[in-house]
Amino acid sequence: MRFSVTVFPGSNCDHDCEYVLRDVEKQDVQMIWHKDTDLKNPDCVVVPGGFSYGDYLRTGAIARFSPVMKSVADFAAKGGLVIGICNGFQILCEAGLLPGALIRNKGLKFICQNVYIRVENNQTPFTNACKVGQTLKIPIAHGEGNYFIDAEGLKSLKDNNQIIVRYCDEKGNVTPEANPNGSLENIAGICNVNRNVFGLMPHPDRSGEDILGSHDGHLIWQSILAAKVGAKCAD
Amino acid sequence: MAWHVSVYVTLKPSVMDPQGATVQRALNQMGYTHVTGVRVGKFTELEFDGSLSEMDVKKQADEICDKLLANPNTESYRFTVEKK
Repeated sequence: MRFSVTVFPGSNCDHDCEYVLRDVEKQDVQMIWHKDTDLKNPDCVVVPGGFSYGDYLRTGAIARFSPVMKSVADFAAKGGLVIGICNGFQILCEAGLLPGALIRNKGLKFICQNVYIRVENNQTPFTNACKVGQTLKIPIAHGEGNYFIDAEGLKSLKDNNQIIVRYCDEKGNVTPEANPNGSLENIAGICNVNRNVFGLMPHPDRSGEDILGSHDGHLIWQSILAAKVGAKCAD
Repeated sequence: MAWHVSVYVTLKPSVMDPQGATVQRALNQMGYTHVTGVRVGKFTELEFDGSLSEMDVKKQADEICDKLLANPNTESYRFTVEKK
């Protein structure tokens, strides 16, 4: 399967994504500089974490206007798979490819630690290798991961079953104590209505093998690989 | 002649502002106990050349705020236009 990883000035998880996909998952990976508009015919686009444009103005606010993002939007509109991790999630929200926004953590601190997330929906190309209710141990590393959406938007997310993962404790209980950043209803990741664009704050790119403390991120990548089998991807 | 635009971006009232809440706690601890609310926002200054009409400056400033300076999901904005 062919993955294209976008690279912005200030991206710093682009090589984590490249590593997990190429060396752990044994897939074809190409890096796409943000000024390029040719995505090089991928099956899936990965918008990686980091601090694109130094987080100036708002996280992801400037990156969304990079030339590559027009191509990513076109690719997504044709049904292509797009996953945004951390800053990538923030960029996808700013670009309007996902609803809502990520604002400053409730505790104001940058948080870098392992968290548990509960899979709420496995009928997606990004979670089909998981069970509903399954708990994944995946690290977060962000200062602006506090998911916000207005009441109408939240209702729409629920009506369309777009809340994919929530912060939880080790046993899978979704509690206020297990919410690291103040996210609305413990939301850690969502998809679009069409299920082909997924954004999450936790890093499956940093949790693909045991030596990193958890291999649970592997399930996200395996889901994407499984989704490709028999699926018609966008040109 | 030029146009000077002052843009104020603030979080919508419905959006939690942890930064503002922290500043308020600090102010209260400093003895400013009558401060009952703090909201932290952003201030941006834009300079336009004088070839545009005031109406066009306002129209462009509005677009700029909508597209880039503010995120309509969480923030609201207002601006003032001055002749310089």
